[in-house]
Amino acid sequence: MSDLSYVRSEILPERAPPASSVGVVGWARANLFNGIGNSIPTILALIFIWYVVSFLVSWVFSPTWSSESLNQCREIFGADGGHSAACWGVIRERWVQLLFGFYPEAERWRPVVAFGLLFVALIPVLFNMISRRMNWVLLLAVLGLAALYLGGVLGVILGLALLGAAGFIGFKAFSTSKEDRAAQIASGAKRLPNPLIFSAIFPFIAPWLLWGGSIWMPIAAALGFVVGFFAFRFLAPVVGSLAGLIIAVVAALIWWLFLTTGFAGLMQSIIPVGLEHVESRNFGGFMLSTTIGVVAIACSLPIGIVLALGRQSDLLIVKALCVGFIEFIRGVPLITLLFVASTLLNIFMPPGTNFDIILRVLIMVTLFASAYMAEVIRGGLAALPRGQYEAADALGLDYWKAQRLIIMPQALKISIPGIVSTFIGVFKDTVLVSIIGLLDPLGLSNAIRADQAWNGIVWELYGFIALMFFVFCFSMSRYSMYLERRLRTDHR
Amino acid sequence: MTTITDPHQGQFRLSMLLYDSRYRSMTIQIVALIGFLMLLGWLLSNTAQNLADLGKEPSFSFMLEPAGYDINQRLLEYDSQDTHLRASLMGLLNTLLVAVMGCITATVIGVIVGVLRLSPNWIVSRLSAVYVEGFRNVPVLLWIVFIMAVLIETLPQPRAFRSGDATMSLWESVAVTNRGIYIPEPLFSRSLGDIHLFGASSLRFDVSLDLLALLAVLIAGILTSVLIKRRADVVQEATGVRPRTWHWRLGVIVLPILLVLGILGFYLGYPALKGFNFQGGTHLRNSLIALWLALSLYTGAFIAEIVRAGILAVSKGQTEAASALGLRPNRTMSLVILPQALRVIIPPLISNYLNLTKNSSLAIAVGYMDITGTLGGITMNQTGRELETVLLLMLVYLTISLTISAVMNWYNESVKLKER
Repeated sequence: MSDLSYVRSEILPERAPPASSVGVVGWARANLFNGIGNSIPTILALIFIWYVVSFLVSWVFSPTWSSESLNQCREIFGADGGHSAACWGVIRERWVQLLFGFYPEAERWRPVVAFGLLFVALIPVLFNMISRRMNWVLLLAVLGLAALYLGGVLGVILGLALLGAAGFIGFKAFSTSKEDRAAQIASGAKRLPNPLIFSAIFPFIAPWLLWGGSIWMPIAAALGFVVGFFAFRFLAPVVGSLAGLIIAVVAALIWWLFLTTGFAGLMQSIIPVGLEHVESRNFGGFMLSTTIGVVAIACSLPIGIVLALGRQSDLLIVKALCVGFIEFIRGVPLITLLFVASTLLNIFMPPGTNFDIILRVLIMVTLFASAYMAEVIRGGLAALPRGQYEAADALGLDYWKAQRLIIMPQALKISIPGIVSTFIGVFKDTVLVSIIGLLDPLGLSNAIRADQAWNGIVWELYGFIALMFFVFCFSMSRYSMYLERRLRTDHR
Repeated sequence: MTTITDPHQGQFRLSMLLYDSRYRSMTIQIVALIGFLMLLGWLLSNTAQNLADLGKEPSFSFMLEPAGYDINQRLLEYDSQDTHLRASLMGLLNTLLVAVMGCITATVIGVIVGVLRLSPNWIVSRLSAVYVEGFRNVPVLLWIVFIMAVLIETLPQPRAFRSGDATMSLWESVAVTNRGIYIPEPLFSRSLGDIHLFGASSLRFDVSLDLLALLAVLIAGILTSVLIKRRADVVQEATGVRPRTWHWRLGVIVLPILLVLGILGFYLGYPALKGFNFQGGTHLRNSLIALWLALSLYTGAFIAEIVRAGILAVSKGQTEAASALGLRPNRTMSLVILPQALRVIIPPLISNYLNLTKNSSLAIAVGYMDITGTLGGITMNQTGRELETVLLLMLVYLTISLTISAVMNWYNESVKLKER
């Protein structure tokens, strides 16, 4: 009976799938050519891409890097027309201006260092994948390179010492594995200080580097926080925490409003340390865009949170003020607010005040960004389930504790995409300052196109500016996706 | 044993203003109000002091003085002897014109690209993604200035049409030059004339009776068409068979319009090269085209993302349930998916329309005379009335914004899920 079996008793070996359904061919058949309706668009798109790419390649690779004017470019690539090849001479001649505006040539290392330090300061805030020691390596490396660039005997010695320290720490960081380091720390090895300390100091260093002047001014400004902190520390046990907080804020305000200038002037006369002062009107190019963008972004988040809380609060008057402010700012275009900055803000101030145009623009752009930020965060607050608020109340937390520990971490996480797209919007909106006459990249491009040598240049110049903005904005949007993934707590 | 927690009946102490939750909210609000009023008072007194020092009494009478500047792209008649008020009105109409044109094209672009991004065809969806990312990540002002520069630098000059280096396109009807695009204009040989509203004041307004007649016929046609549809619905309810009505519905709209056009003697006025420039036809200036194109392409990229998100927001179960009910795919789309997707799409869509309208204020960078270019630009510079002009400008934009948000709220209210 056994030989009557017609069912196979052993399993056949697996066969490879047909060549048409795996690899590149299989992928193309599944995604590009499945059916007539899909094949036609694919072919059309391929033709389009081929057309664009072939034109773009011949346009980009044109031997015009060293040309001095558009006419010279035209001579190089023949008389057949001005737009079949790029004229890169304009970028070679003006890229420094597009980056720094009319910032004095000898001082250009300062914005570069400030930019480098900005990244060093941002990394511990933005990412958690870089170790504490690598942060210090980065910081020391930036400072060391700056010192080397400055030159002089002292600069070289200092630079080499800083780079050496960076190399030493870096070597140690690379030579010990993560687990070993964790074990060392557990057994009581000394850790380097938290790099967030530098992130907190950076806001005082950056304006000093950019605008120059006495070093005692940023130190005096920072001392305001110290004054406030100590006032709170010593008064809070005596008069209670709320009154202590109020007194601390008042003390810091008094320091800033009345004592800062005197203190800085006094210290400057005793120990004169400082950088050469650079006028605001010399600021320009991407340096200006980045300065306005970073300040507005950094200040708008806390102001936006406060406004959003005000709008959600039960206090009727506070709520009305916040709603009025937000709806007013969101209802008018940024350009009208910039008109206010350029023509009206001085009228609103006490007679005789004449403060810097960049500062005025910064104030208005920050207010603008805050209103949008407030709406984004309000969305996050509204999306939070009611139960979270009730649970916080049930735990007996007071308002601020509940906000800090329960509500805000969740609401901010929900609103990350909105927050980042507001950031991107603010950064893009910084080009509007060219309309009120500041020399951001767009304002400079008008001046370059008015230059006789480059009259008639379009694609290269705007392409370069657009590319710079694209790099910044696109990386911000990618970062927001990374952050969303990192903070995702559901569906895992 | 009973524990009664009566409110504390002790006498009122000053510290209770801060530490007693019954009084604290009142304290905070009053402090906030006082602080706000003090800030406002400080700003106002500074302003009054500064304006008095400059010798400028705040007054809006300058709006009725002759403007003295020309507006090259305008919808109503205007000359440089008209008042600043009329110049601002021209500007406002220009703002609305570019906003409406931009919203329409941006929606068309956005819907097409948003649907293409969901296409199963890998290369098509990638291309749409490139478009979206490319336009979203570059400032709109850069696009406006860039398109303006491209139009001026690459298009032929009008005199190239004389020498034959350039030719008019679309059967000799449209001239694309670096001074703008000339398109045919609709004209009527037996025109009914205009009605003049508001006499000779700054707000005078001419309404073309031809246009009114056409609109009236169009509306009547649409109403008749709706009536036919109702009747078809009734027949379908009664018999189960839907009569074929589409040719009737199309006919009652199109035929009367053609008839009216014939009665009015409709013809197209073509642009023609005279001297150094084109005459006749409607002239769309470069500034308008650059602004319109840039705003449409930029906002279109945002709308594409909104449309994509809206379609993705309708869960797959809805489609499956619809097919389980036996609905055909196109009915599934129109009866099940679209109504739900639109509820997600419309609110952000309208806020993008709002953004487009506000972004149209960037017209000032290319010299398009919108409300910012007239009132906030030349009028402000000529009269030196910064405070008044900026206030008026903000008021105009606030009115537009609040109107649009009121419409949005009304819509949200009407499509909200009716929860019980």
